[in-house]
Amino acid sequence: MSLVEIQGINKSYGSVQVLKDVSLDVAKGEVVAVIGRSGSGKSTMLRCINGLEPIQAGVIRVDGTQVNDPATNLRKLRQEVGIVFQSFNLFPHLSVCDNITLAPRVVKKQAPQAAREVAREVLARVGLEDKLDAYPSQLSGGQQQRVAIARSLAMRPKLMLFDEVTSALDPELTGEVLKVLESVAKEGMTMILVTHEMGFARRFGSRVVFMHEGRIHEQGPAAAVLAEPKTPELQTFLSAVLH
Amino acid sequence: MIREFGLIDVMYLIAAARWTLALTATAFIGASLIGIVIAIARILPLAPVRWVAAAYIHIVQGTPLLVWLFVIFFGLPLAGISVNPWIAAATAFSVYGSAFLGEIWRGALVSIAKTQWEAGASLGLSLGEQLRHVIVPQSIRVAIPPTVGFLVQLIKNTSLAAVIGFVELTREGQLTAAGTYKPFAVYITVAAIYFAMCFPLSQWSRSIERKLDVAR
Repeated sequence: MSLVEIQGINKSYGSVQVLKDVSLDVAKGEVVAVIGRSGSGKSTMLRCINGLEPIQAGVIRVDGTQVNDPATNLRKLRQEVGIVFQSFNLFPHLSVCDNITLAPRVVKKQAPQAAREVAREVLARVGLEDKLDAYPSQLSGGQQQRVAIARSLAMRPKLMLFDEVTSALDPELTGEVLKVLESVAKEGMTMILVTHEMGFARRFGSRVVFMHEGRIHEQGPAAAVLAEPKTPELQTFLSAVLH
Repeated sequence: MIREFGLIDVMYLIAAARWTLALTATAFIGASLIGIVIAIARILPLAPVRWVAAAYIHIVQGTPLLVWLFVIFFGLPLAGISVNPWIAAATAFSVYGSAFLGEIWRGALVSIAKTQWEAGASLGLSLGEQLRHVIVPQSIRVAIPPTVGFLVQLIKNTSLAAVIGFVELTREGQLTAAGTYKPFAVYITVAAIYFAMCFPLSQWSRSIERKLDVAR
């Protein structure tokens, strides 16, 4: 059974339809890279998966739970689905440790000491164990994004969503975040990434999905799709971003 | 019999200023309790709740405080509810203050980026937990300077309670002026005592504001 099933979803902002009959299945352990122009609906689709955006038609299921059912407990779902944003969205008034342990303590009722141990462990996974008591404002953008990834990992999610997580970073900081993504992927995490990093998509993506004007225009195994795009729209897009 | 305006009268005025402070403190606590409810009601994703809170603010801000004092002090006894000047003043000032604090605090809450709510929500925090752990702690920094500024207004406005016979600083000044027939000296003294209470607060508010600007 697929971990994520998206069936024929439609989404509009007023009269503008941003998602048109989008369907996508993601199996456990897959790393799906979603690419496409700005405004093609990539980020919106990602945000629909954990219920941050409502949809007007279609069905989204994560691990068998229907996301767009009013009876669904979104709180419970969101403990299983981590999301990392382009602008990090760390809590500026909390230390790195408190950023990471807030949800485990408040939502999962972990004891503070146990939560701190979890924070230590996930920070080690992103290479920042020495920043446990720092504040977000004392960290570089790349470090902040790695803390944001650690914060998601601390909830032990089954699925992680990444919304252009390197787009707000300088090129030299992009590398350290990609390295973290790489190690998370290698641990077998199911990941859906909206990204402009074609190199990362090629090497670690099990699949590439190209979105165009609110639809999934082309998809397939990462290496094949990127090497030999079939549709003219993807060819144009790839030649624009790669050169 | 006309007596002199002497040191003893100044002492009486200062003693009456304690009632000004007591009324301010009581009204501030009352206004805070109602104001926090109003501020949160104004940002809840429930339209009817927002409308009720907005209507409350419009009605209170669109009517004079003096009229509220009269309504409560002279109006309620007609409905069979007897109120003394202290209760009437504390109630009127709490209602008046709650509308202003509600608006100040709503502004502070909405000044926090929507992405902070989203970050909290996507970690599984409920609306109340997002408010308590993410939004409110950050908005307090924004809210402190205007809140202290409002407190200064409140101290000065408590002088209105004199008209329903509540003996605070201004009322004591009226009585002293009537007894000594030295209104100028008496009211200058009254003004100086108000200033002594308000000035440190406004200075404090400005210093906090400066500190927060630097932190940004």
